[in-house]
Amino acid sequence: MALLEVERLTKQFGGLTAVNDVSFRVERGEIVGLIGPNGAGKTTVFNMINGFLRPTAGRIRFKDRRIDGLKPHKVCRMGLARTFQVVKPLRRMTVLDNVLASSFLRFPARAEAERNAREVLAFTRLDHVAHVVSGGLPLGLRKRLEIARALATGPELILLDEACAGLNPAELDESIEIIRRIRESGVTVLIIEHHMKVIMSISDRIVVLNYGEKIAEGTPKEVANDPAVIRAYLGGEAAHA
Amino acid sequence: MASVATTLTRHRLALGILAFLVAVPFLPVLGTSYMMHILILMLMWSVIGMAWNLLGGYCGQVSFGHAAFFGLGAYTGGILYHHLGVSAWWGIPAGVVVVGLGALVIGYICLRLRGPYFALGTLAMGEVLRVTAENLEWLTEGTRGIMLEQRTWVAKEPYYFVILLVAAAAYVVMEILVNSKWGYYFVAIREDQDAAESLGIDTTRYKTIALVVSAVLTGVAGAFYTCYMGYIDPEIVFALHDVSIITIMVVMVGGVATRWGPLVGAAIMIVLSELVRTLPYVGTAHQTLFGVLLIVIIIFLPNGVVGDFHKIARLLLRRPAAAESGGA
Repeated sequence: MALLEVERLTKQFGGLTAVNDVSFRVERGEIVGLIGPNGAGKTTVFNMINGFLRPTAGRIRFKDRRIDGLKPHKVCRMGLARTFQVVKPLRRMTVLDNVLASSFLRFPARAEAERNAREVLAFTRLDHVAHVVSGGLPLGLRKRLEIARALATGPELILLDEACAGLNPAELDESIEIIRRIRESGVTVLIIEHHMKVIMSISDRIVVLNYGEKIAEGTPKEVANDPAVIRAYLGGEAAHA
Repeated sequence: MASVATTLTRHRLALGILAFLVAVPFLPVLGTSYMMHILILMLMWSVIGMAWNLLGGYCGQVSFGHAAFFGLGAYTGGILYHHLGVSAWWGIPAGVVVVGLGALVIGYICLRLRGPYFALGTLAMGEVLRVTAENLEWLTEGTRGIMLEQRTWVAKEPYYFVILLVAAAAYVVMEILVNSKWGYYFVAIREDQDAAESLGIDTTRYKTIALVVSAVLTGVAGAFYTCYMGYIDPEIVFALHDVSIITIMVVMVGGVATRWGPLVGAAIMIVLSELVRTLPYVGTAHQTLFGVLLIVIIIFLPNGVVGDFHKIARLLLRRPAAAESGGA
């Protein structure tokens, strides 16, 4: 049984079909990439998995239990955490306090929550800024804080929504390494990413969306050579070139 | 766990202020009846301020209707006295229950609203309760109000110590809450409700908790008001301006989401309103001054006197202060 099963997922906003009949699976221990041009429906898929949106049709199973329609905090409690494309730290709190706030989910006692928070900060290499007020962090570190907050909730599956967008090359390498270590620590990863270097180098499998429909799925190499994918990214002419 | 000694050092300031307040009635100038009255009002407003600060400051749910809870608490005592003939002091424990339940109902209606809509919802709730109290004459005596035939004590000191005890207890409760899991959840909700929800925080539940704690504390202040003043009517205890708005001003002037903001804000507001009242030729125009004060605070001290204390200190001492951030 797969850790996450998305089955014939559809989401309509009025007359607009944002996601149309999309199915895919994420096995335990995998890193799966979700890619597609702007407006392909990637974040909408995340919002349905995470519980912000109720699907118009289709099913989502996590650990063999239906989670579509469940509230986000319940989904998170089950072990499915997410980050946001637009980072949303608790601006006036320190980095440590930010991570502490999400540590309380698994560790109600403050001392244990704090120990967990410090472990997560060390894991994501944020320990050197633990006492910095998060509003003043540069973008690269804020993005990483977003990952740290999600990890502190003790997830089995983490959804990363463009966790690497806007990073410089050095930060990018560090983030790739952290995502790999997240998987090594036993957490499964589903990642939306525009940065091809990131997605091609870390994904075991890639699911490609275009205009809300799944157009391809496979290893990075298969997907990169898929005519439908090339057409989606480069336009109709390129496929015949 | 922190030992008693470290706890004492950590709360030196709080203990110092408490010691001073306990000593006040025995001091010469401050111990007069008039000064006692001012201090009683100050402490009562600091309790309401602390209560509002938990919901509005830490949890980010700005209420324009705290008069609803103040009035409910006040009328619980008043009605117990008027209809059952028991001491109005029973309004404090009974008010906890009544206001707690009232807050659950108001929360159920208003907490599904976000931001300014929540503020408007609570504002409407306060007004609804005022009009209800004015018209439910068999229960509340309507606009005639409820008068206590005799007050428990003639002297001010016993009232002073009661409200000091309530304020000290409120302070301790706030300290414990703000530094606990709940406190972190409240701030997480204030900063970003969607992010908080996706990090496993049941936002509806924790907003309700913040609202109920805040309401109950405000209700206790209301019940105390009935016992102390000996007279209540809907215009006074359910007042939009004189209770709901002044509550917000107390916290904004003192400092939103700061530990000492409500107390400092209450002190400033009470002293100011006493001073302004004695000004000649101003009449009811003294309300205008509060409006001007609020504008000045929002422009120059957005984090209040406590939150922007470093700005004031720099101005007074005329030295460049290091850049600091406000309260959490």
